[in-house]
Amino acid sequence: MASYDYPVYDYRPSADQRGRQPARRKVVIVGAGPVGLTAAIDLAARGVETVVLDEDNTVSAGSRAICHAKRTLEIWDRLGCAEAMVAKGVTWRTGKVFFGDRQVYAFDLLPEGGHHFPAFINLQQYYAEQFLVERAMSMPEIDLRWKNRVTGVEPRNDCVRLAIETPDGPYALEAEWLIAADGARSPTRKQLGLDFRGKVFEDRFLIADVKMKADLPTERRFWFEPPFHPGGSALLHRQADDVWRIDLQIGWNAAPEEEKKPERVIPRLRAMLGPEARFDLEWVSVYTFQCRRLDRFRHGRIIFAGDAAHQVSPFGARGGNSGVQDADNLGWKLALVAKGLAPDALIDSYAAEREAAADENIRHSTRSTDFITPKGAASRLFRDAALSLAAAHPFARRLVNSGRLSTASVMTGSPLNTPDRDDFAGVVPPGAAAIDAPVVRDGKSDWLLHALGEGFAGLWFLDAPPPRAEAETLAVLGRKPIPMRTAIVSRKAFSSSAGLPVLVDTEGLAAARYDARPGTFYLFRPDQHACARWRGVDPAAIETSIARAIAHSAY
Amino acid sequence: MAQTLRNDSGFADPDEVYAALIECHQGLSEEQSARVNARLVLLLANHIGNFHVISEALAAAREGI
Ligand SMILES: Cc1cc2nc3c(=O)[nH]c(=O)nc-3n(C[C@H](O)[C@H](O)[C@H](O)COP(=O)(O)OP(=O)(O)OC[C@H]3O[C@@H](n4cnc5c(N)ncnc54)[C@H](O)[C@@H]3O)c2cc1C
Repeated sequence: MASYDYPVYDYRPSADQRGRQPARRKVVIVGAGPVGLTAAIDLAARGVETVVLDEDNTVSAGSRAICHAKRTLEIWDRLGCAEAMVAKGVTWRTGKVFFGDRQVYAFDLLPEGGHHFPAFINLQQYYAEQFLVERAMSMPEIDLRWKNRVTGVEPRNDCVRLAIETPDGPYALEAEWLIAADGARSPTRKQLGLDFRGKVFEDRFLIADVKMKADLPTERRFWFEPPFHPGGSALLHRQADDVWRIDLQIGWNAAPEEEKKPERVIPRLRAMLGPEARFDLEWVSVYTFQCRRLDRFRHGRIIFAGDAAHQVSPFGARGGNSGVQDADNLGWKLALVAKGLAPDALIDSYAAEREAAADENIRHSTRSTDFITPKGAASRLFRDAALSLAAAHPFARRLVNSGRLSTASVMTGSPLNTPDRDDFAGVVPPGAAAIDAPVVRDGKSDWLLHALGEGFAGLWFLDAPPPRAEAETLAVLGRKPIPMRTAIVSRKAFSSSAGLPVLVDTEGLAAARYDARPGTFYLFRPDQHACARWRGVDPAAIETSIARAIAHSAY
Repeated sequence: MAQTLRNDSGFADPDEVYAALIECHQGLSEEQSARVNARLVLLLANHIGNFHVISEALAAAREGI
């Protein structure tokens, strides 16, 4: 890659390689891709030590994922590495869709203001991984072992026994919990002989990253049957360092090895970018895409996350983004279970919630892929009908599907939620990820999500200082073994009460987004998903809801 | 209650509508006709909007084929 210097992370032998008996670790993660790294950092932030094994000694070869969604950035912000990503990446929110040489549709993924993070940034996967690695390396709880290839995975009664290859030869390691984040080809999945079923789309896509100075706006552009690439689709994205991603549909019968040759690729790109464009080829690859998932994400002490558990087509950017949401969902649950604070059933809830999320992602991705690669004459007829109507008939624009871009999954049906007892509107029902809003804290501009932190959290919407006793009962919940920290959200500033911080909702956006009235209380899980809400504070109900959210058997 | 597909005649002048449908395809090749029909289905389906009604129509259209 011309524009990027691949870091080399040194292999360092571990004391575990010398012991006579295999060492036993609480949590071992296979795979230092975006998902394994996010999981490790999340667990470390919760005080859980991990060993992370990766067969390689650098970041993702070539640029795969480029589009990182708002929710992913919010998760990485909680983990202390979003700022670097946003600073390096390019921010965008508009998508344009063309049919032939005509624009038929434009969409804005974040039409409202008052959010810390943009709808999307584009950043090459190698950069995203590099920032995650740097963050992970700064945390003493993480033991990152490069050039450690897992060759055997053997579930036992009280642990998982791993066989690992290193430059110094093999060793064995035991894990009380194993997170398999070892990618689409997951050796762990193969070792366990698990089925990975789904659909392969009979189509091929040529993916090229080029370095080019171009005067194009920072937006997603998608073409159906453009004049420069007859019969196929094309996608253009700007990335950091003046690198551009081009994705051309070349059909099932294209020969991958032939198509990757520069003498084949360059004329295609020239047709698209124009005779004047000056560009250097950075990376070329030919892909087929699949939508599939494991039946179950949990197998005893082995937990699958990211591409190892599910795969989608890239239209919609749901692969990496949903994998990061897996890690976000798993981290707090595994931390509580590993510390003996929550029952094992909490891990089952990870599987249930993320299997449902995978189904949703696969449904979206399958529909997009069916639109982009119509199967059969009728399917193409309707596709072209929708496209040809879109320019003149607004309704048809909403049928045009060039990818439904990743957003946070809403765990509506999760048993961890407390169903609403009171009347609520608003976009944050139990199960939904918290929505950000601008606030002022201690006289300084801040964001609502920052107040939620990494544990259970309460937002208490008020318009005047609360009665001291009531504030005190909430402060007590902040000192329990599983603490819930409450912040007050108010349009007016007043001094804190019983140590509860006051967030001033200067623009009233927080109250509007949460459909809050004075007295409204929201409870959030440690992954910042709402799990209960009331029109008034009821400490007993809050405690019951927390118990429910950690799958406590009594509920 | 879910809306259901109406089976009685909805047209004031059925013959006029039928003739207009035929007229719409005048002079078109089979392929062009198919394109017109697909656009027509989308326009009308959107006008109806109700997913339940559309599903019933889809099932009725496939019946016996
Ligand atoms: C062309 C393309 C475009 C994409 N675009 C996007 C996008 O815009 N947005 C998005 O969100 N997603 C996108 N994706 C998907 C995204 O790249 C993946 O979903 C993401 O990389 C999954 O992360 P992961 O950590 O689960 O797996 P991986 O990134 O595959 O990481 C797995 C890790 O496991 C390690 N490993 C494997 N086997 C072993 C072993 N035996 N022992 C030790 N270590 C092992 C590997 O070295 C690797 O580091 C795209 C994918 C492609 C192909």
